[in-house]
Amino acid sequence: MKQTELLWDMPITLEILDASVSKKDFDEIFSYFRTIDDTFSSYKKTSEISRINHGDLVRSNWSRDMETIFSLAEKTTKETNGYFSILHNGMYDLSGIVKGWAILQASDMLKKKGLKNFYVDAGGDIQVSGKNSDGKPWRIGIRNPFNRQENVKILSIVDHGVATSGTYIRGQHIYDPFHPKKQITDIVSLTVIGPDVFEADRFATPAFAMGKKGIQFIEKLEGFEGYMIDSGGVATYTSGFQSYVYKDTAIN
Amino acid sequence: MKKIFLSALTIISFIAYGVYQRNQKEIAVQPLPQPVPISPTDAPSPTESVAQHISTAPVMPTNTPVPVSKGKYKDGTYTGSVADAFYGNIQVQAVIKNGKIATVNFLQYPNDRGRSIEINRQAMPLLSQEAIQAQSAQVDIVSGATDSSRAFIESLGSALSQAI
Repeated sequence: MKQTELLWDMPITLEILDASVSKKDFDEIFSYFRTIDDTFSSYKKTSEISRINHGDLVRSNWSRDMETIFSLAEKTTKETNGYFSILHNGMYDLSGIVKGWAILQASDMLKKKGLKNFYVDAGGDIQVSGKNSDGKPWRIGIRNPFNRQENVKILSIVDHGVATSGTYIRGQHIYDPFHPKKQITDIVSLTVIGPDVFEADRFATPAFAMGKKGIQFIEKLEGFEGYMIDSGGVATYTSGFQSYVYKDTAIN
Repeated sequence: MKKIFLSALTIISFIAYGVYQRNQKEIAVQPLPQPVPISPTDAPSPTESVAQHISTAPVMPTNTPVPVSKGKYKDGTYTGSVADAFYGNIQVQAVIKNGKIATVNFLQYPNDRGRSIEINRQAMPLLSQEAIQAQSAQVDIVSGATDSSRAFIESLGSALSQAI
């Protein structure tokens, strides 16, 4: 079964292959995603984060999830030497960390229900579990930043997370916290494979903000691989990346 | 006579070798221009891009301050600002008929795929590089930057703000 909904300004797709799956499982996950949006979306005036931003909510009244997200954000800021930041123009924007976290929570909820073979995809940030419909590892294409009909790499992924940061579709939405006015123009796409989607996603954005050095940052992270595409159409990838690439034996 | 001939031959050989070496050096320092490995036939033409962007329109947040939803515009043709779509500029023109958007034309759309590139040779030893190439096997999921187009929204928004 497969279902897609537009939430958080992006399509979210959930596919579950286990025979025991029911419509109720999908409803629970999508309703969970809506509560995440109600809490963390800066677009919603009544969300908890909007109330925090407008000084209407003192810290002692913050929800537990909000405290969790803030501490995870702080940890990520430290680990990326300040390249990850939730503070933009004096306001908190949690989108760089909430998405991956929420996908992972959803994935854990499904596992607790005994479901094994599924994926959750929120706007190209993906958590996979188990195998695909052919009983093989899930195949994830890395989209060509210059031609969205095309994939430039196909990954073969088991129980990992994949996240891509890029500026090519939304325009310039990632910036270097150290030079907020400067546009990142040398790279167009950075895909990170991590132990789970939360880990992959929280490093993909700051590594992208580092420009061409971002891929070196990913190389140094234990358990992570990356594929960076620059504005000239040249890709740079980490030392263990090839082990995740799908080998198309039918063609070669 | 034979000696003179041999000496001349030796000198010529040296000169020829020298010239050859110099050429070799020149070749070695010359940056290798590499074509971007995306076949031009596969690249979307500006008209296709219009269709793509329009088709992604429902993904736009309903609460984004785009004046599209605010009702009637004055009829006419309005040109939007040039918005940076990162790998190039986007500029659109909105044609309003009967108070509604009739057509959106792309005046500028990134189209620099044919330009030559130079591979950065200062990569870290552990990192590898390659020119991107399409891999066409079937996939279950696609990972890419999030769908929706702020540059498109920006330019269209600025075109429409003139129509109010």
